[in-house]
Amino acid sequence: MMRLSWFNVVSLTLGFAFLYIPMIILVIYSFNAGKLVTVWSGFSTKWYGELTQNEAFLNAAWVTLKVAVVSSTFATVLGTMAAYVLVRAGRFTGRTLFSGMIYAPLVMPEVITGLSLLLLFIGIGLDRGIVTIVLAHTTFSMCYVSVVVSSRLVTFDQSLEEAALDLGCSPIEAFRLVTLPIIAPAVISGWLLAFTLSLDDLVIASFTSGPSATTLPIKIYSAVRLGVSPEINALSTIMIAIVTVGVISASLVSKRNLVRQKREMQAAERA
Amino acid sequence: MGPVLQSTEFAPWNDPTEKPLIRFRNVTKRFGDFVAINDLTLDIYEQEFFALLGPSGCGKTTLMRMLAGFETPSEGQIELSGQDIVPVPPNKRAVNMMFQSYALFPHLSIWDNIAFGLRRSPMSKPDIKARVEEMLKLTRLEKFAHRKPHQISGGQRQRVALARSLAKAPKLLLLDEPMGALDKKLRQETQFELMDIQEKTGTTFVIVTHDQEEAMTVASRVAVMDEGCLIQVSTPDRIYESPNSVYVADFIGDVNIIKGTAKAQGDDLYQVNWSDGMPPLNATSETDFSDGQTCHLAIRPEKVAISADKPDGADNAVQGKILDIAYLGNLSTYHVELTSGVIIKAQTSNTRRISRRSFTWEDPVWLSWTATAGVLLVN
Repeated sequence: MMRLSWFNVVSLTLGFAFLYIPMIILVIYSFNAGKLVTVWSGFSTKWYGELTQNEAFLNAAWVTLKVAVVSSTFATVLGTMAAYVLVRAGRFTGRTLFSGMIYAPLVMPEVITGLSLLLLFIGIGLDRGIVTIVLAHTTFSMCYVSVVVSSRLVTFDQSLEEAALDLGCSPIEAFRLVTLPIIAPAVISGWLLAFTLSLDDLVIASFTSGPSATTLPIKIYSAVRLGVSPEINALSTIMIAIVTVGVISASLVSKRNLVRQKREMQAAERA
Repeated sequence: MGPVLQSTEFAPWNDPTEKPLIRFRNVTKRFGDFVAINDLTLDIYEQEFFALLGPSGCGKTTLMRMLAGFETPSEGQIELSGQDIVPVPPNKRAVNMMFQSYALFPHLSIWDNIAFGLRRSPMSKPDIKARVEEMLKLTRLEKFAHRKPHQISGGQRQRVALARSLAKAPKLLLLDEPMGALDKKLRQETQFELMDIQEKTGTTFVIVTHDQEEAMTVASRVAVMDEGCLIQVSTPDRIYESPNSVYVADFIGDVNIIKGTAKAQGDDLYQVNWSDGMPPLNATSETDFSDGQTCHLAIRPEKVAISADKPDGADNAVQGKILDIAYLGNLSTYHVELTSGVIIKAQTSNTRRISRRSFTWEDPVWLSWTATAGVLLVN
């Protein structure tokens, strides 16, 4: 292992401190016994207990989860289809326009996306609630999915699909049996990305949610406006824990697969 | 279909009653303004091992992709067993292809790769199993059946690709540069293996290659292509010994081309005036030349003899000095500059292990060849 110079140690410490000190403070205060967020008065897990009694938070969490699962699934299907056409269909009139248009929502300010969706829902007389949030989240997260999937499709050897056709597959079978299993990792990471985007979206959800359904970020935001309670710290800590465990296990699995594949390939070449 | 007898010559293209398996009829393929295939007509017969040979961009791959169904001709017809296959999609053709990149499905085992095409057919499970085992045996891959493509070596992957494309027993197997990714030694072994398998299965093979040695080794007939046209279609020995143009003579193997004018001497014999102040060369030709017509004498280096003294009674003998010697192990090629400035290559085989070379750089030598050694070509 290479020894780090003092300069590297300092810059590393500064960088990580900048990133993580706020979160560490939040986690520490979630175990505070007192009600005041900024004054430490002993260790306690009572806020976690109270959280499980808070009907409003639990409801919002449940709505958020439902919205995230459904919208990311829709977004994955639509985004994958769009990516497939844009990468595979070759040159057709307006292709450049289409591929530009699929990326535009990525850089569009969320406020504008939210506002335009709100106007649309009012215009067609759709009552705001869980359905409108799902539609809105699908709209903005499908571009992210299509970016992730199309970057995988670009490096995909097209002769694999031709081989499937050559061996008797219809084009749909070729996609289902060959293309989809091979691009599956990209499709899954697209789904995860859409899921996380939906999970922590505040702006678009605040435009498209109604009194019947509120998501967790909206609930937290409105609760914080009345004052930060240790309960919210506890809730945030749980979310941090879930995300951390997810990210670490995903990277461990993919790293282990990579190492195994490399070893097997070396073994095959030696044999 | 009975076994092919080795004693009888296999030459269906010379039999006018034989029906071709594949017929290209006036096929043209354009990509925008670019003409990839230009009004091409070609017959390929059953059980042939047919090689499409040419430099990259000559249209050989396009021709093959039209047979597989991945490209449709802009004009003309393609027939397979008398049926027009242009409107038939690739998944409905009795044609299989082995891809240059092998295109093995990385998420499936070797066994499942080979079974892939069979599972798309109405074949029963036990029959599929039997067929896959048969293919594994044919390509000596039994040990690797349950490995994934990334767990085997390049040569083994090539055999999996072959087994997969042969599994459905196609009427026609297309091979796109099948040995491009193998090193030279493995390639030579594989060429013989491929010929062996072709003979065993009796399948018609069409191979695309830019490697002339490979085409000569495996093929029953070779089509030399350039810029979307067939230049010559013939057996390997005819292509080598009787090329129909300077392009073919130059593309296949090494050759000396001497430009001159012809003068008839009767009985297929011609005099070639090629350089002022030099005696004319003598050459026979089956094609007729008028007196004074421009001609090219193509002569292979191994047919040119090299000696220190002027050989007696040679049809052609010219003097020069050695400019360069290329030692290839089994052969040595001498580059000899004649007094007129023309450079002629002569090749001798090194039959003895440690022989003192008779000639060295700057030595004056005589080159000689017979009147029948070369070919007279118009262009």
